[in-house]
Amino acid sequence: MSASASASSWRGPLRLIGHRVLLALITLLLVSAVIFTISGLLPGDAAQEVLGQSATPEQIAALRKEMGLDQPGPVRYYQWLRGISMGDPGQSMVTNTPVSEIISVRLPNTLILAALSTLVSVPFAFLIGIASAIARGKKLDRSLNVLTLSMVALPEFLVATVAVLILSVKLQWLPSITLIPQEASFADYVRGYAMPVMVLAVGVIAQLGRMIRAAIIAELDRPYVEMARLKGVSQTRLVFHHILPNAIGPIVNAMALSLSYLFGGAIIVETIFSYPGLAGLMVNAVTSRDMPLLQACAMIFCAVYLLLVLVADVFAILANPRLRNA
Amino acid sequence: MKDTTQHVEVRDLSVTVRREDGTPLRIVEDVSFDIAPRETLALIGESGSGKTTIALALMGYARGSAEITGQIRVGQATLDGAGGNALKAQRGHRISYVAQSAAAAFNPSRRVIDQVIEPALIHGIEPEEAARKRAVSLFRSLALPNPETIGQRYPHELSGGQLQRLMAAMALITQPELVIFDEPTTALDVTTQVEVLQAFRRVVREQGATGVYVSHDLAVVAQMADRVLVLKRGKVREQNAVDVILQSPADDYTRMLMSAAMPVVMAAPVLPDAPVPLLEVEGIHAGYGPIDKEGRPAHPVLSDVGFSIGRGAALGVIGESGSGKSTVARVVAGLLAPARGSVKLDGVPLAPTLSGRSREELRRVQIVFQSADVALNPGRSVGDILGRVLRFYRGTRGEEARRRVAELLDLIKLPASIASRRCDELSGGQKQRVNLARALAAEPDIILCDEVTSALDTVVRGAILDLLAELRRDLGVAYLFISHDIETVKALCDDIVVLYKGTRVESGVRDSYNVPPVHPYTDLLISSVPELRSDWLSDESERAAAPFAHLRERPDLCRFLPRCPVAIAGTCEVSAPPVRQLSSGNAVLCHHTEETLRRTQSEKILG
Repeated sequence: MSASASASSWRGPLRLIGHRVLLALITLLLVSAVIFTISGLLPGDAAQEVLGQSATPEQIAALRKEMGLDQPGPVRYYQWLRGISMGDPGQSMVTNTPVSEIISVRLPNTLILAALSTLVSVPFAFLIGIASAIARGKKLDRSLNVLTLSMVALPEFLVATVAVLILSVKLQWLPSITLIPQEASFADYVRGYAMPVMVLAVGVIAQLGRMIRAAIIAELDRPYVEMARLKGVSQTRLVFHHILPNAIGPIVNAMALSLSYLFGGAIIVETIFSYPGLAGLMVNAVTSRDMPLLQACAMIFCAVYLLLVLVADVFAILANPRLRNA
Repeated sequence: MKDTTQHVEVRDLSVTVRREDGTPLRIVEDVSFDIAPRETLALIGESGSGKTTIALALMGYARGSAEITGQIRVGQATLDGAGGNALKAQRGHRISYVAQSAAAAFNPSRRVIDQVIEPALIHGIEPEEAARKRAVSLFRSLALPNPETIGQRYPHELSGGQLQRLMAAMALITQPELVIFDEPTTALDVTTQVEVLQAFRRVVREQGATGVYVSHDLAVVAQMADRVLVLKRGKVREQNAVDVILQSPADDYTRMLMSAAMPVVMAAPVLPDAPVPLLEVEGIHAGYGPIDKEGRPAHPVLSDVGFSIGRGAALGVIGESGSGKSTVARVVAGLLAPARGSVKLDGVPLAPTLSGRSREELRRVQIVFQSADVALNPGRSVGDILGRVLRFYRGTRGEEARRRVAELLDLIKLPASIASRRCDELSGGQKQRVNLARALAAEPDIILCDEVTSALDTVVRGAILDLLAELRRDLGVAYLFISHDIETVKALCDDIVVLYKGTRVESGVRDSYNVPPVHPYTDLLISSVPELRSDWLSDESERAAAPFAHLRERPDLCRFLPRCPVAIAGTCEVSAPPVRQLSSGNAVLCHHTEETLRRTQSEKILG
């Protein structure tokens, strides 16, 4: 194919992807307005929280002025939005340190936990999804269905508590809290992360596995699958060469949802294992009315979510020749 | 067994499925046949006759959880009782399959060439380079355009006729000893069907393969097969050489298939001329996308289409896929607003879209879609579906509605007990009748029938046509009958309009289409319909090439120019054709005069 032909064949998908990026940015802007408004509606404010119950109204008013809380909403929103888009979400009202500093300590922890959980979950989810779809209606499929349904139904705190009871208290194999010291060995890492990753993976494997099963089954009944079988294609080739390229769109979207959950929804796991991640930080920010910190965390979660969905969309576009050459 | 003179031997083949309650149901019963080397056997029958099931059983394949019993030998291989790996080694290698709808049977996300050479690669027949070369030479013998590069495309970038030929290349790439064609041309336009049939026949002969040809169309089978096996409900009714079957069918069922293949003209009295026609469509331009200043949409589908239908009359609109015939129905029904032009009912202009039409206007114009499977809610009972229409247009409820539903079912010749059945429990023909009853429930003045018989078998199609003619006679309802099949249209309609790429190339009364001269495109359509004799395709010599095939179609010239075998150099590629009134009464859009048209067309009949 000539260079000009391939250049023009890229114009279509690039426009489509550019469109999606633009939509994501607009969504993020809308979300920022919503976050700012809602966090303003929370009862109490940081000045009150810092000074405690015994403070006089004058003291509170003075501190409010100092913190800039007396300015009108739109002005504060504009200043905040400008700051956050330049990478400076402001000062924490409680600790008086820059929010970016607090977050930069916690963010890597969350990223590591999410990444490890993903690495563990995705292969298992694919294994369960594919095996279950191919054995549709048979014993294996039915038992896997029961298994994944129970995994989805079990609340995380229960899984975590039972895991701690057995693995930490009874057997004393693993530590019950995840504290990773600076000079930890590889073995320490594995031992420290084993339980939180396991607890997070239970839900994700089950959810994602079921979605993968559904996506593959939707393809199994299409005539091209029968045609491939009549060509003498082996089961493995059928799945990886014929079905997955067509099912990958819905699967990457399901993965994006699961990953965004790992990122922001790990609060229970973080709490139980005293793991210093972003979700815990955000909850602390709510209880201490530390609005800049709360808003920054919320924006990060939304941005990550949008980014994941965007990547999934782009992936689905590139995997589909109809959209790719649109 | 092992009669070595026969290439394929099948003895007592039965296929059993399990009903939902677990009881067995035999969908193929004790079928036995042989096929000699290099011969083609046709399996013919209606849907549910088990013809595809038998064809698939020849590959040791059964859909769902069906079970195959009996003896099947193909060449050296015994397929009954063979294990999964042994079957895999045969499939796509020694025995190959051409599926009914190539558009669905190609993997949408892989390039065509990779799919075509896949059998050669997975069966380890030859290295990739050699397989690609063989594919290109097959593309060439199948008369595909740009054989070197066409494989680089994805399935959605190719037409149905091209995909069907590419699928034949995929089946032949391993030089199989047996090729199974499963209704390979049913989804194609007649004009494309001839080309595809010719290509198939040539290539299968070149390779010296044995063939199995599955079809419901006796006329197509007559061109492709040496022997015919007639099936009904999984049982063999008759098997014999193709000429014997055509000339002296022994079985009643075969005779019925033959008579259904030749629809008879069902004339109906046209009601006396009213001062204004019932439906008058004038100068319709319609399409999709934004409309420019001159009222032309960005993607035009129809340009300047007009016709009128009298009370109780039937107008046929024919054309191939992409001719805009369904768009005509959508515009009349108000589903698509035309960019220009008017639709009048009894002389009163109708609003361009549904929201502007009164309920009474909606009631008087009803539409029936091609696929009853899609048009009818599968979760509702027949009574519910009809009752809803009665309530909506007439406010009929309760006992009165039940009585009306029974009347309607009687009208479409279904038992009243069917009212309580759900649609997904009905057969294809029954569903199409209910689909028709849904429109009749509104007591319309005109029904727009969009390819209502196209998805049906020959026999069922004949019955539905009879019903349509009878309803017209008894109720005086008018039809706008849209079809790609000129024989069907001729059987039912008084007047016929031929559409090509959104332009009306010919219009006139039915009988004028029986003798030349007609528009060159109409001529192509008529001559492409296979006849019930085995030498038709051989007589139908490869078509004369179109002198302007290299030109792109242009909206300001005759749209048919790139395909027209009789285009006049110096005229047709220069100016738009005029509308010519022929002495038969037909109007044609063509540069040719009546004389020259007659000459080119009668020459062909003689020569």
